Amino acid sequence: MAEVPMDHGLLLAGALFALGLAGVLARRNAVFMLMSLEIMLNAAGIAFVVAGARWAQPDGQIMFILILALAAAEVAVGLALVLQLYHRLGTLDSDAASGMRE
Amino acid sequence: MEATFYISALLALAATFRVVTAANAVHALLYLVVSLLAAALVLFTLGAPFAAALEVIIYAGAIVVLFVFVVMMLNLGEEAEAQERRWLSPGVWRGPGLLAGILLAELLLLLTGALPGTAGTMVAPKAVGVALYGPYLLAVELGAFLLLAGLVGAFHLGRQEALEGNEDG
Repeated sequence: MAEVPMDHGLLLAGALFALGLAGVLARRNAVFMLMSLEIMLNAAGIAFVVAGARWAQPDGQIMFILILALAAAEVAVGLALVLQLYHRLGTLDSDAASGMRE
Repeated sequence: MEATFYISALLALAATFRVVTAANAVHALLYLVVSLLAAALVLFTLGAPFAAALEVIIYAGAIVVLFVFVVMMLNLGEEAEAQERRWLSPGVWRGPGLLAGILLAELLLLLTGALPGTAGTMVAPKAVGVALYGPYLLAVELGAFLLLAGLVGAFHLGRQEALEGNEDG
């Protein structure tokens, strides 16, 4: 029985997720969009840990570990793509990469 | 202690807001570190010390360092030095430093025992490890596949750029 209500933990996770979503939608800089994606993944992990703490089961933390692995792989590929974008187009503006041709 | 949770949660929200609204990538990264450390303290107060340690080591350590490397690689140029000088001014560090100081005070109070540690039932790292390599073994293998694919993909993308650079030069 946790002293902190589960609602408050989920509220924190939801607010963090909303902030990250706003960042992805509002920013055009690819580095900032990647950072906002990390924030959203982190918020999802917090929600899992909150739920795991509510029932005192380790499953929430295991999902958190898997999300960490996902975030690490995603950020490696994403940052390589950012480098390619900057190298080819000379800018970090994600709108500049909207055309699928060279 | 409940107050620890709420202070850390508010700090995480404030720092995350500054990440999303910052104009400078390095400022955003500083606030991102503070946000992730606050999230780690939230996880600790929820009774998940293993997840909190992983948050600090992998998110605030490895992933943000990757971001810093890329920002350093992208900002090469003659105006980079002037920017660097402006980044090193004390005003830049005041916001993240203040938030991190509150987190440090909270952590010190926790460590000295002035505040009770966890607000909920603690799920020990041993339970997590036993479950991770028991019923979740297949998920661990899939995670290993994912990391290998990420490694190969990142290497391929970075390698192509290096080859093209050689052809251009």
